[in-house]
Amino acid sequence: MSLISTTAIRNRAGFKPTLWTFVLAFVLIAGAYYSFVRFTHGLGDVSALSDKVPWGLWVGFDVLCGVGLAAGGFTITAMVYIFNIERFHHITRPTVLTAYLGYILVSVALMYDIGRPYAIWHPLFMWNPHSVMFEVSLCVTVYTSVLTIEFLPVILERLRMHRAVAFLRRLIIPLVIVGVLLSTLHQSSLGTVFLIAPYKVHPLWYSPLLPIFFFVSAVFAGLATTVFESFMSYRFFRKQLDTEVLDALLRMAGLLLALYFALKLIDLKNKAAFSMLYQLNSTEVRMFLLEMALIVLPLALIMMPRVRGTRRGMFLISVLVILGFVLNRMNVSVTAFSAYHGVNYFPTFPEFMISAFMVGIGFVAFYFAVKHFAIFPEEEPFKQDYDDKLRAGMELPEIEKRPAL
Amino acid sequence: MRRGPEPLSDGKNNKKTFGLSPHAHHQTDPDDYMGLLIDTVRCTGCMACFMACKEVNELPNRNDEDLNKDTYTVVKKIGDAFVRRLCMHCVKPACESVCPVAALQKTALGPVIYDEDRCIGCRYCMMACPFGIPTYEWDSMTPRVEKCYMCYEKRVSQGKLTGCAQACAYGATIMGKRKDLIALARKRIQDNPDKYHPYIYGEHELGGTGTMYLSAVPFENIPFLPAFRDEPLPILTWNVLHRLPDIVVLAGVLMAGVTWIVNRRLERVREERGKTAHANEQESAQPQEPDAQEKTD
Ligand code: SF4
Ligand code: SF4
Ligand code: SF4
Repeated sequence: MSLISTTAIRNRAGFKPTLWTFVLAFVLIAGAYYSFVRFTHGLGDVSALSDKVPWGLWVGFDVLCGVGLAAGGFTITAMVYIFNIERFHHITRPTVLTAYLGYILVSVALMYDIGRPYAIWHPLFMWNPHSVMFEVSLCVTVYTSVLTIEFLPVILERLRMHRAVAFLRRLIIPLVIVGVLLSTLHQSSLGTVFLIAPYKVHPLWYSPLLPIFFFVSAVFAGLATTVFESFMSYRFFRKQLDTEVLDALLRMAGLLLALYFALKLIDLKNKAAFSMLYQLNSTEVRMFLLEMALIVLPLALIMMPRVRGTRRGMFLISVLVILGFVLNRMNVSVTAFSAYHGVNYFPTFPEFMISAFMVGIGFVAFYFAVKHFAIFPEEEPFKQDYDDKLRAGMELPEIEKRPAL
Repeated sequence: MRRGPEPLSDGKNNKKTFGLSPHAHHQTDPDDYMGLLIDTVRCTGCMACFMACKEVNELPNRNDEDLNKDTYTVVKKIGDAFVRRLCMHCVKPACESVCPVAALQKTALGPVIYDEDRCIGCRYCMMACPFGIPTYEWDSMTPRVEKCYMCYEKRVSQGKLTGCAQACAYGATIMGKRKDLIALARKRIQDNPDKYHPYIYGEHELGGTGTMYLSAVPFENIPFLPAFRDEPLPILTWNVLHRLPDIVVLAGVLMAGVTWIVNRRLERVREERGKTAHANEQESAQPQEPDAQEKTD
């Protein structure tokens, strides 16, 4: 352990400001400035939102994408703790960290978007069980708490509170199950949100299957984010890149992409909407086709072992999947409504900056977490050794049998 | 457990109920809700309703084309006719069903009202309203959702007519119970079949609306009164929502089961392998040292 942290420190000592540092600094400064404007002058001053376009970039990207991209948390914990796929174990911590930060940022972003941020707690006490939004806000709140407890051992370990860690370890399975349930609920419910507007959502996107679309796409986007995050850690923190595990994740994502695409085709058939796709001059159709292309292309690349087998290929696939996912959420929440509203919405510079601010804070928070806590496991040999012993059916020391999350 | 967007409590106190949903008033017979009949055949475009609305609601007088935070109703010229636009006070309002904090509520009397002290400003009501009615105070730091509240607090709850119905001198805006308004509308169509298109908009659309319209021409000509099916919108989400408790229970049990089975299996495998390893150890003359390799690592 000590050996590894010294290596890590040495790596950081060699840290030189790059282009990315400047981009990050710019985003943080601009974001802070526009946050100030937002919280002193209101929504009208910073956004292009209007009575005709009540939801824009912040709902579409910060909230819908934020929640979806954080879906890796429940997917990976489910695989490790429910299905007991041990080889994913060493990516649980970084994935849970990503999910945890994701959900915190979604809550922060919500404070920017809702008109009365000081009332954000209302749904906890003023219920409307008929509202999907109510259900989502309860689920997200409780799930964020679950993620807090899942992540707590990492902090407690650092504080050397081993008793508490041991106690939390015993809770992990029920916690993971509750987390999976809550995630399934709110990931799909974000799709249900749009079911109320059959006459407003463009027919290419309106579908009774929306909850299922949202759930499946969140899972593959969550997996892609996990791959992406591994590459980021590899690039910026010199962490090991376990290509075997990433390969497995991508194959899973491929399966889900295929399922998703098939469901989309069935849905188009049910709606008799294929003919609509020929109207290439309509923005909606073009956006929809682009979205489909960003499903089919990464799917095809995943099916090519030659691409999937390379680091570049893996990274490219994860980026494509994430892009497709983001486009889908933006389409459902903005593009699909534009024909009804008859207004073309394009986010303002401050809107972009605040969304980028959220992402920037995410990166910085991740960096600090990695710096101060044991997020990444003690490198490869540990796992190898562990697997060998498991194969040999040897008695494993307690700590290795069920390492802390 | 009750199913469907039906009442969850007993019907009293449907304003500001902390806790359970205040959909109680949905026990009111839709026909008994108060509503407004807008007769575009009689409307002269005099704007008396517009002015009265500004007055009752103390709104700044701007000459606005469309609904906004200071304008709860407008009179639009469509072809030869004048058509008022305002909240429809739906029998099953989408806005009410989507509001996470029940800030929008269908009262037992009929008006769909708003409680700014509950509202969080998520604007889901604006996204959900099929008529595109609610507007927002975008420049305020304590923004409110603004729309026609059918003069609930100041007039209708005290047994008075709405400002607009009171002001209209031509019988083009009439307030009353839905069933009476529908009867009146039928009569007007019957008496002057050549003047009226024989259709009451809002009688059945989306489960019925409080504001209903008569017109000389088919309603396709009025863009803000689109052709809607009779199915109320809140059912679409409720169909999914009410299943969730069952799904949670089933999925929870299933996952607990899977966890248990998988873990047991792994344990068995470990146990058995442990046994064979142990047996091997005893058989072989030279004691193996499984840990030796690890130590050198
Ligand atoms: S017209 Fe819109 S705002 Fe008015 S009650 Fe119906 S859904 Fe609500
Ligand atoms: S903006 Fe206010 S009234 Fe409208 S749905 Fe959200 S909380 Fe309810
Ligand atoms: S009912 Fe009242 S608030 Fe609504 S349009 Fe008429 S005067 Fe205005």
